[in-house]
Amino acid sequence: METLLNDFSVGLFFMQAIILLIVILLMRKFAWKPILDALQTREDGIQNALDSAENAKLEMQNLQADNDKLLKEARAEREAMLKEARELKNKMIDDAKTEAQAQANTMVAQAQAAIESEKKSAMAELKNHVAGLSIEIAEKVVRQELANKDKQLELVESMLGDAKLN
Amino acid sequence: MVATKSIKFLVVFVLALTSFSAFAQDDAVENNLVDSPDEIRAYISHHLKDSHDFHLYTDNASGKHYGFALPVIVWTSKGLKTFMSSAFHHDDNGTVVVDKGDAKLVKYHSKIYELDANATTLSFDEAHHPTNASKVIDFSITKSVFGMLLTGLLMLLGFGALARGYKKGNTIPKGFSRVLEPLVIYVRDEIARPNIGEKKYRKFMGFLLTVFFFIWILNILGLTPLGFNVTGQIAVTACLAIFTMIIYMVSGTKDFWAHTLWMPGVPVILRPVLAVIELVGFVIIKPFSLLVRLFANITAGHFVVMSLMALMITMKASFGPAVSTGMSLVLSLFIMFIELLVAFLQAFIFTMLSSLFIGMAVEEHDDH
Repeated sequence: METLLNDFSVGLFFMQAIILLIVILLMRKFAWKPILDALQTREDGIQNALDSAENAKLEMQNLQADNDKLLKEARAEREAMLKEARELKNKMIDDAKTEAQAQANTMVAQAQAAIESEKKSAMAELKNHVAGLSIEIAEKVVRQELANKDKQLELVESMLGDAKLN
Repeated sequence: MVATKSIKFLVVFVLALTSFSAFAQDDAVENNLVDSPDEIRAYISHHLKDSHDFHLYTDNASGKHYGFALPVIVWTSKGLKTFMSSAFHHDDNGTVVVDKGDAKLVKYHSKIYELDANATTLSFDEAHHPTNASKVIDFSITKSVFGMLLTGLLMLLGFGALARGYKKGNTIPKGFSRVLEPLVIYVRDEIARPNIGEKKYRKFMGFLLTVFFFIWILNILGLTPLGFNVTGQIAVTACLAIFTMIIYMVSGTKDFWAHTLWMPGVPVILRPVLAVIELVGFVIIKPFSLLVRLFANITAGHFVVMSLMALMITMKASFGPAVSTGMSLVLSLFIMFIELLVAFLQAFIFTMLSSLFIGMAVEEHDDH
């Protein structure tokens, strides 16, 4: 310990302190500051480059996704258009069918109506004709019948009997 | 780029080499060689100390020392004195007296003493402490100071180049900067961020990065044959530790001080006791552990490496030159690799613990 203390040189300590201080200050100004700044800048640059590469990758992925989406959409649209066309076609056919049906129905109905009216008029004519014939026959029968007086009375009598029953 | 940088480093070296001077000196030891255990021990302990000249090696045959002198700047009782360390003629035993007008200076065991007014030579007591001289405050550019200046320069050049590269718009550094960048990132992401927290770490990066590379480079310089032992100087590690302490004391949050001085959730009687313990911990124990760990590890490393190298001399008598040299080579090579790891590890641990302590001081307690 004593030799250690004896070896301790105050002057050397002082010189060392001054030299170290000067070296620290000089190195800080001329070396460490620019070096550390440059390293920091470079590291930031590398980090930025990596980040932007990552971003570009993400963007690419997004683009790809967009493309896929677009393609899907286009496909869906085409599908929809085709479907619509098909539906339109079916509808048109259906419409045409129903229209034709309706037309046919009306035509049938008209025809039926025409037939009915013809039938009616024919029946009416027939009726008139039958009525006329009946009246003629009746006239002839009545004329013959009423030639006999007794028979006239007998008829009146039967008619009155019928009326009573009513 | 690399070429011009290498040239810059070369220029520093050539400048150092041109100011070389060789001295002749009489050695007290008969053959001038460091070849006995006592001499080796003295050599190692001398190396572990700071020195006033930059000594590379000694030509033992001629007794010439190769290296260069460094400036001595001392504050004596008569004011500031400056001269080159060559004035001592490599004397470390207090025999050469440098007369600077009114102050007489001697160097003894890497320390400079000022002789008392009427003394002409240094005298010692039984424990080899000088009796008629007083220590001076030594602001010399010693070998350690030189090493620190060199390290500071290397750091400024290296990291300055890295910073300039970024400023020029290169996002990826080129050449040697490419080695430095991951180290900076390592300190930021493995040391500062996890310990201090994402929000506040930036403020302390200047200190942590500087200290980390400062210690690491100095540790590695200590492993070169240049023989620096800067981080093995207790004054240096103490200074580093005190810097850390001042930083975490100054940047301590209200929460930190509340927890340190008046710990919530503890009986009131115990709180002052805890406050004393916590304060002692933060002011003395933590900085002390920092400074001693670094100092002891580096000093021990130098000691072990040099001792193992000296094996080739001390073991020569018993094993012969070939075996002792081989053994010394293998062992010191092995320890050298460990020391290379320790050089990094100690820088890492110092920075790690500093950021841990800073992290404790700036932590926000959201849970209360």
